[in-house]
Amino acid sequence: MSIEVRIPTILRQYTGGAKAVEGTGDTLAALIDDLESRHPGLRQRLVDNDGLRRFVNVYLNDEDVRFLDGLKTQVSDGDSVTVLPAVAGG
Amino acid sequence: MAVVLEIRRDLVDAVIAHARRDHPDEACGIVAGPIGSDRPERFIPMANAERSTTFYRFDSMEQLKVWREMDDRDEEPVVIYHSHTSTEAYPSRTDIAYASEPNAHYLLVSTRDELDEPEVRSYRIVDGEVTEEEVRIVAGAE
Repeated sequence: MSIEVRIPTILRQYTGGAKAVEGTGDTLAALIDDLESRHPGLRQRLVDNDGLRRFVNVYLNDEDVRFLDGLKTQVSDGDSVTVLPAVAGG
Repeated sequence: MAVVLEIRRDLVDAVIAHARRDHPDEACGIVAGPIGSDRPERFIPMANAERSTTFYRFDSMEQLKVWREMDDRDEEPVVIYHSHTSTEAYPSRTDIAYASEPNAHYLLVSTRDELDEPEVRSYRIVDGEVTEEEVRIVAGAE
């Protein structure tokens, strides 16, 4: 378990209140699956049938993964992933 | 959960000025304050990445930068504000659906043409439920 994933307030209900959890995987998709195994319900808040949810921002270190490879983005030891729900409305 | 938003006059003025400036596009931003204090202190206008008259969204990279800064300073978004440019200052279905900071006060400004002065109202939005609250404007520094 060597990738830190920072969790926003609204998703801490899935992590027992933890602001950050650790996981492992070669890709963002694999990392999310790994997190789901210990924090059930988290994946469906991040991913839907079309991939990463539109109004959830996921960053790998300093980059929005939308500008990388989305769910296929490669991740490795020592990386830091941050999840922030989009702030939006109408 | 407090049912009042206590906020300094200069901060309300800054929010209104931003809304006026961006009209008819929706303006958006936050007022950060120390975690757990419920005190809005630091005005942070954000770009509306949608640049729309009916929708707003923080640019994802700007949001990361601002959220990291707040983390460094032990702050949280006490107020999240945006403007409605042709409708009333009440949360829309979209506002409710996307409200993702359960501890924030959602401040709405209406800059619709019929008004002489912009309308400013505040709400808590938690688990899809909207509760309007009093906006108590206080004097302060700046």
